[in-house]
Amino acid sequence: MTWNNNVEITDVLVKEHGLSDDEYALCLEILGRTPTLTELGIFSVMWSEHCSYKSSKLHLKTLPTKAPWVIHGPGENAGVIDIGDNQAIIFKMESHNHPSYIEPYQGAATGVGGILRDVFTMGARPIANMNALRFGSPDHHKTKHLLSGVVEGIGGYGNCVGVPTVGGETNFHPSYDGNILVNAMTVGLADQDKIFLSAAAGIGNPVIYVGSKTGRDGIHGATMASAEFTEDTEEKRPTVQVGDPFTEKLLIEACLELMSTDMVVAIQDMGAAGLTSSSVEMASGGGVGFDFNLDMVPQREEGMTPYEMMLSESQERMLIVLKPGREDEAKAIFDKWDLDFAVIGKITDTGNLTLTFKGDIVADIPTQPLADNSPEYDRPWVKPQSKAELKNEDVQAPADMKQTLLKMIGSEHLCSRDWIWQQYDMQVMADTIQKPGGDAAVVRIHGTDKAVAISTDCTPRYCYANPIEGGKQAVAETWRNITAVGATPMAITDCLNFGNPERPEIMGQFVGCIEGMREACNILDYPVVSGNVSLYNETNGTGIHPTPAIGGVGLLSDSSKMVTIAPQAEGEVLILVGDTRGHLGASLYLEIIEGREEGAPPPVDLNIEKKNGDYVRAQIDAGNITACHDISDGGLYVSLAEMVIASKMGMKVTVDTGTIPSHAFAFGEDQARYILSVPADKVDLILNTANNADVTTQNIGIISGDELTLNSTTPISVSELLEAHKGWMPDYMSID
Amino acid sequence: MKTAVIVFPASNCDRDMVVALEKITGKKPHIIWHQDEDIPEVDLIALPGGFSFGDYLRCGAMAARSPVTKRVIEHADRGGNVIGVCNGFQVLTETGLLPGALMRNESLKFICKDVKLRVDNNDTPFTNAYAQGQVINIPMAHHDGNYFADDDTLQALEDEGRIAFRYVDDSGDATKSANPNGSRNNIAGIISRRKNILGMMPHPERLIEEAQGGTDGLGFFESMINALN
Repeated sequence: MTWNNNVEITDVLVKEHGLSDDEYALCLEILGRTPTLTELGIFSVMWSEHCSYKSSKLHLKTLPTKAPWVIHGPGENAGVIDIGDNQAIIFKMESHNHPSYIEPYQGAATGVGGILRDVFTMGARPIANMNALRFGSPDHHKTKHLLSGVVEGIGGYGNCVGVPTVGGETNFHPSYDGNILVNAMTVGLADQDKIFLSAAAGIGNPVIYVGSKTGRDGIHGATMASAEFTEDTEEKRPTVQVGDPFTEKLLIEACLELMSTDMVVAIQDMGAAGLTSSSVEMASGGGVGFDFNLDMVPQREEGMTPYEMMLSESQERMLIVLKPGREDEAKAIFDKWDLDFAVIGKITDTGNLTLTFKGDIVADIPTQPLADNSPEYDRPWVKPQSKAELKNEDVQAPADMKQTLLKMIGSEHLCSRDWIWQQYDMQVMADTIQKPGGDAAVVRIHGTDKAVAISTDCTPRYCYANPIEGGKQAVAETWRNITAVGATPMAITDCLNFGNPERPEIMGQFVGCIEGMREACNILDYPVVSGNVSLYNETNGTGIHPTPAIGGVGLLSDSSKMVTIAPQAEGEVLILVGDTRGHLGASLYLEIIEGREEGAPPPVDLNIEKKNGDYVRAQIDAGNITACHDISDGGLYVSLAEMVIASKMGMKVTVDTGTIPSHAFAFGEDQARYILSVPADKVDLILNTANNADVTTQNIGIISGDELTLNSTTPISVSELLEAHKGWMPDYMSID
Repeated sequence: MKTAVIVFPASNCDRDMVVALEKITGKKPHIIWHQDEDIPEVDLIALPGGFSFGDYLRCGAMAARSPVTKRVIEHADRGGNVIGVCNGFQVLTETGLLPGALMRNESLKFICKDVKLRVDNNDTPFTNAYAQGQVINIPMAHHDGNYFADDDTLQALEDEGRIAFRYVDDSGDATKSANPNGSRNNIAGIISRRKNILGMMPHPERLIEEAQGGTDGLGFFESMINALN
């Protein structure tokens, strides 16, 4: 074998490792000498955009991250919030975009595996998975293959590990033709006094490697995720990791069993940049050094070099610092679960990551500067111009309102996602009390009356038209969705997907979305507790729509009070909450019916959002309403149709549209609105309470019969609606 | 009623089964790891759903060779009661305790949805709380639930009344469109000749509380209380 750790570090080699001249100079300064090849690899992955957040951290710091109920905010593996009774919810969302485009099944599957590890490494049992997916145009030749592979990969992994996948969102837009987005979120449950962090401590304590063996897969994955795609992307297939959900399931059980003892000092999963980033984070976090003997690392292939071992992104691996003398006890647990367990080193007081391979020291890097002095850029950015307001006069009234509504709910944007959800085990663990298809998924806290509500949202066409309003709207929509099931929104995780940050207009989109998110989080008292940034989502110089996907989590203290979007009985009265102005700019109506993507998005008034949401939540909590649905994509009529589809009961809706053109009233996407279904004897109470709270409400109709009648529109039968709604995706996926 | 739930590596509906059995019997089941050589004296052994051994090789094939499975077979041979749900059904066919095999769903996709089942024999320890011909709603969630048996076996199952549950439409007819996975004769669950072993693909343990969307799964467990207490 010819492997030379001491090759000459040429400019070309440095470039190949994605380090700029300045970054390499900093590397020389930290080491005080020329790096070895292994060290160069370590610097390269640690300072990749993916691991270092070098373009984004300046702006991320401006997001609100604190609240009395936040136990751990950003900086740990996942965010931790207090849900009472010594219990905590631990959650995070993460992207796996580039790998999923190259190899959709494995890319998506390992995305799920990675986010699960981020959560259980903190001591939580994962209780729900969610996702946010963006694909290119259905007409694009790859879309079908990617959709099929991604969904199967998410299901294949999540179903096997036995964590229910309870919801998510799926969008299609040509801006994702060459760069799909696969964002996966995991929510876990832990006891507050059993939360584990990654900071290593205790000089001399043993450092343990557990889980799968290390292979050559995924080498340079983090670097790949930090570069644009080009024509030769297919050649990067070998850098996509391969998932083994069976091992992950064993690893969850073994780690939770270990963590139920008092043996663990610190624990960290090996995610992006594998053994490198996990060890550097643990050591630098604790201000200590690690001494590793790489010969002890369990290896899947022969002849692996230190460089390969340190950069491998083989899945299903964890690094653990144990209390001294507990190795045998811990090993017995991993033996039971048939997982590798190897003492690969110990904690030192040097502050360095010192790697020995076959008797030679192959790397010796001070971890503190490697982690803390990583580059941070204030990239130039230009304030993005909001698209011009669209005048309603410039949008034609549809010839046939009924056909228009059927076309909208039968489009790829609004059609049923059953084809996707049915491939996910939505009910394993038997605590799913609201399945996908409603406003938020709801999962009971096992053995209690409490439940968590979860929603992932973002409207990229709004973010593209006006990043600030779009950023606000993404946060507000999760807040609204969580409210609509009756839960109190608590905190968010974010997954910020953008194009190339070295282009000022892309950086401007990023800064704008952050500004909007910040404002929304502040006013809604809804902090960011974890997140991930995915930049360079571009192919051949074309960026995706800015997509700050938000995963919101809320708490229902009494899960029996939860409502769904399905009205319960004939005769219930429909109340519209919020102001309708008929905003058609950047709407789905405009896109689906007129084929136009124009106009400014609907403005988000966060104070009204809060007022209306607090009112709705209080009504649900008081038991005054039987169903609730927020109004978002497609506007009022689409939301009403969705309630009919969910309940299979008809509605008679009579609504005075005032001076607003009826199609704008029907399909405008004004924010901060909900539809409530209310028993007739509660209507006066509902309207009076709203009046006292200064919330706009309007009685718009009743639940009746088996047709949806909307003002003078030709009635649409429930079966016509169901038929129109369910067909698109199965039809699309069945054509070869 | 004393019960035991077997846990294989990557069983994942074990907790759901334990919760359901405890709720209905009032007693916590024994939880038995697959490498255990002994099972305490119990009235019922349950093989839960999941992906034992990752479903690698063939669903249930490796679990059928786990040390504990020998004890399960002995228990069944003595006339002891055994249920296998989802992956548990696959394990039962792999051990030969029940005939046939569970192949990949006809659509080749994992399918999770509520399905209608018709109780085709309510004279068993697992179905007596239901009416003969009753149509119940039970969730399914599997990739490999396409029941296959050769013609002779199938005929014997039919003749001997050993089809416990069949996939049906809303009006109770076992139509092709009501068959979610391609199972022969719309078979969702079968029993052994001595009626002491039942295997089924759908998950009754997931539907025992209103909060879960209904209680049609309760009858399955109540039947066992009736028969075995």
